[in-house]
Formats: sequence, structure tokens, C-alpha cells
Amino acid sequence: MAITRDEVAYLARLARLSVSDEELDVFARQLDVIVGAVARVAEVAADDIPPTTHAVPLTNVLRHDLVTPSLPRDKVLAAAPAAEDGRFRVPRILEDEA
Amino acid sequence: MSELTQLTAADTAAKIAAGEITAVEVAQAHLDRIAAVDDRTHAFLKVDAEGALSAARAVDDARAGGKPLGPLAGVPLALKDVVVTEGLETTCGSKILAGWIPPYDATITKRMLDAGIVILGKTNMDEFAMGSSTENSAYGPSHNPWDLDRVPGGSSGGSSAAVAAYEAPLAIGTDTGGSIRQPAAVTGLVGAKPTYGGVSRYGLIAFSSSLDQAGPIARTVLDAALLHEVIGGHDPADSTSIDAPVPPVVLAAMAGAAGDLSALTIAVVGELGGDGYQPGVTAAFADAVARLESSGAKVVEVSCPHFGYALPAYYLIAPSECSSNLARFDAVRYGLRVGDDGAHSLEEVMSLTRQAGFGAEVKRRIILGTYALSSGYYDAYYGQAQRVRTLITRDFAAAFETCDVLISPTTPTVAFPIGERIDNPMSMYAADLCTLPASLAGLPAISVPCGLSEGLPVGLQVMAPALADDRTYQVAAALEASYGRPLIDEVPSL
Repeated sequence: MAITRDEVAYLARLARLSVSDEELDVFARQLDVIVGAVARVAEVAADDIPPTTHAVPLTNVLRHDLVTPSLPRDKVLAAAPAAEDGRFRVPRILEDEA
Repeated sequence: MSELTQLTAADTAAKIAAGEITAVEVAQAHLDRIAAVDDRTHAFLKVDAEGALSAARAVDDARAGGKPLGPLAGVPLALKDVVVTEGLETTCGSKILAGWIPPYDATITKRMLDAGIVILGKTNMDEFAMGSSTENSAYGPSHNPWDLDRVPGGSSGGSSAAVAAYEAPLAIGTDTGGSIRQPAAVTGLVGAKPTYGGVSRYGLIAFSSSLDQAGPIARTVLDAALLHEVIGGHDPADSTSIDAPVPPVVLAAMAGAAGDLSALTIAVVGELGGDGYQPGVTAAFADAVARLESSGAKVVEVSCPHFGYALPAYYLIAPSECSSNLARFDAVRYGLRVGDDGAHSLEEVMSLTRQAGFGAEVKRRIILGTYALSSGYYDAYYGQAQRVRTLITRDFAAAFETCDVLISPTTPTVAFPIGERIDNPMSMYAADLCTLPASLAGLPAISVPCGLSEGLPVGLQVMAPALADDRTYQVAAALEASYGRPLIDEVPSL
């Protein structure tokens, strides 16, 4: 099964990843080879085999209900690309929905 | 080169504790070595001379004050840049995190600092730990000290280059599909991937959460074991951390060095050898098997019929998990932001930032993972890969009914030339062929040097059941002892 240029563009959009025309050409060609290779997993008859999500059996872990210090807000915001009034600043998201 | 840089970690700590040398002298000797050779190896992304000297001074002061020192107090270490360090830039080899100063320490960072380990700086790596050569680093490749035109392996290739070039006696790597063992193998070092859950992942920048593990890289098995015991053990901050004692790897390394393996049955994995393996690798491995037999081990061969499907299963599971994990790089909370000029929407800013900030391999894997998880393909790809994962785990379980450990070459080839595979993703992925099964099954595995092929190091991998990490160290130490002295002694002096 071939991966087309359009398909790569669609997947990149889902992943919030802009791609140039040149990237589309290269990725479509490479991903086609890679998908062809990894599709070999289908050769294994495994219909009745349960999937493994984690190699080690784990159950959900709850922490003790204790108050502990959080990271200092100023320190966290200092590492952000943009901050304002003690918050992360992002581009306006509601302007078209008034 | 100062002789202080040639000591093992164990000897360095012993001499510091005995007052024969100071931690500051040791740190300075390594900083000088880095200044002398790192322009050729490019092992480090960031050197923290001030932090290293101040940590070393604290060790010397503690000793002067009569305080007890841990077994690695004052020993310098190179830390892979995937591990976060409070106040010290952490990029994960990516442009998207250029300049990021983490607001906290990873659990293992904290454990090492508390143990008096002196962190020299952060090492180069394939971007987000995706790769087998460091060529995917946004900051240029590291170089193998055995031959500067060849790769030092990856993704922990900065760490392996640093230790092989005597820029540090110890390093931390992380291993998702082989990223500790493969770089250790191709640079003549010891590298151990602990049992999944054996070492805290709190503060490791996540790539593939069901596989990622941190572990030691060192020039000797004992040094690796000492570091393993410092970083290992349960951490309430990591819900995948196993609440069990750290396997006694230091004792096992010491026991193994005595060279008696007569209580063990060692199985060679039939599927991990033959066609596609370089003759020099096959020969060095066969010689090592004979040495293990001479140490008294019973050597048998086993078949693990599904190991051949580890590579396709891994390259579905790891990209799927990465496509989800890397969604956090959204230009909001940390790192790069591109296109925030009032003309672009939030979604466009995210997409432009990710285009500018991620390199080609990361983008390929995000797209591949998005594909494998998408509606209509999920069961055929991701679901089927997870069922194959079960079958690989069962292969191991069946094998361990007849033996104590499994062995194989760590890599099918010696270090390859820089540039040889970068445009061919599938040939790059093949570097992980032998290391992927233990990753998928969450098992402990170590790579130990087993000779040279045309002047380049070959590694032997030892795999054991979950939480039997000590067995891998025991066998590795016995093999190491059979050569008389570490093979790394033969590395060119740069």
C-alpha cells in the first residue's frame, strides 16, 4: 500500500506540523518504504494474542493526598516563549467567534 | 593527558576518599581534557565548568569535615541532554528547546548530585533520542574517538564519545530501542539498559514512554554497576517505577570478575546472527562465546522465532508513542515560538514552530506514528505491533526456562562512517536489530566489549529476565576479566 503526498499532507496537518512541498516529496517517498517494511508485522498470525502495552505489569498509582510545593510560577513562566500577567500568553484564539 | 582522566570511576572515588587526590583536581583534569579534545569529538553540547568545580569543592569540603562519602563521590560524569537539569540548558538535541532552562532536576540528576557525582555538562544526542548515530542532532554529529570519521552510535552518542575519549569516566545514556547499548558497543564501552521501571524516568524528556529507560555508560563493568546503584530504585514521582530493591549489580560485577560462571547456562540467540552480520563481528562474538565457556558456563543455542519481527513492531510502537509525547511541544509553555506576529492563528503558530523546530527524523516519526494510530489503520499497525510484542515477550520467557541469560552481538556491524546511512532511514534503523527485542520486552540488557574488528570495537549483549540485572553484570564482568585489561585501553589517544 502506497503512501501518497496528499496523505502525508493530511497526517502532518493532524500532527500540527507545517511541511514544505519539498518535505512532502521526500517524506512521501521515505514513508512509503518505511510503511512497506513495518507492515511485515501482519505476517504474524496473532489474532488470539493479547496486546502488550507495557512490558511490566502495572496498575494505576495514586499518590498520597498530601500538599507539596509546586514549581515556582515565575521560574516556569521565565522559560515560556511569552508570558503576561502571570500566565502563558498565546495568540488570540476567539476573534472570529464574537 | 592527565593520568587523573585515565582512572576508573571506582579508583577515582577511592583515591578521593583516601585523600590521595582531590575532587577539584579530578574535575579540573577532565575540564582540561574536554577543552583539549572536544572540538574533535563534539561529545558535549554544554560544559558546566562552574557547576562541576563547585560540586567537586563540596565533596572535598565534606571529606575535610569528616562526613561519609558515597561510592562515587567526586567522580565526574557526562549527562545526556535528554535529562533535565535545573538551571542548566537542556535541549534534547533539538532546536525547538534551544535555550530552555529547566525549572527542576530529574530524579536521577538529583540522586547523582546527592551522591557527590560531579556533572561536567550535557552531551550531544540524536534529536529527542531518535537515531543511531547522533547525526540527527540539531547541533551536528559527535565523532567516534576510535575513528573520527565514524559515528559514536546513538542516540546516546555524545555520552559514549565523551567516555571513550576520556572526557569523563562515566556517562548517563537513555535507551529506547538500543540507545545505550549500541553506542557503548561501537565505542568499546560498557552500557547497561536496566529493567524497564528500574530507574526513574521523572525528568527524562519522553520519547516512547513504554520503552524509555536511563542507564550507565562506563569503561568498566564495575563502574557501570556503581552508577546503576546510584540512579536505580523506586521513585514515587514516576508511576512506571518498580517498587522493588535495586538488583545487586555491584556485588554481581565483583563476583563475575572472579571469572567463575560454572553455575550459569548461557544461550546464544540463533536469530541474532548470520546473514547481514559483518564477518569481523561474527568472529569476535564467537571468540567471546569460547571465553564464556572457558569460564565454566554451559553454552547452548536457542531459537526466538519472533525476534525477526522486533524491528517492524518497534518502528510502529515507538513512532506512535512519540507522535503523542511530542505534542507537548506546542510553542506555549517552553521552547521556540515562530510566527507570533498577529497575522497567524494559534494553530498556525504551533504548526510553523514545529516545522522550524523539529528535524527531519523527528518529523518522519511523528507522521509515521500519526499514520499508525489513525482510524482504519490502528488495529493493523499499532494493535498488531503490540500483539507481536507479546509474542516476543513469550519467546524470552520460553528461552529463560532453559537458560539464565541470552547473548548476541550488540550490533550487526562496527561503527559506520558519518553520512553513510543518514539518507536511508531503514538502513539506519537496522543498527538496532539486536537490541530491540529486550527493549520491547522491558528486560535488562548490557553491552560489553568483546574484541576488535579491523581496529574497531565489537560489543556482546547479555539479556536477562526482568529484575535480574545482576546476572547481566556478572556475565559481562567475567567476559571483561578474560581479556586481562579493558579493550578501551587500545583507543587512539587523539
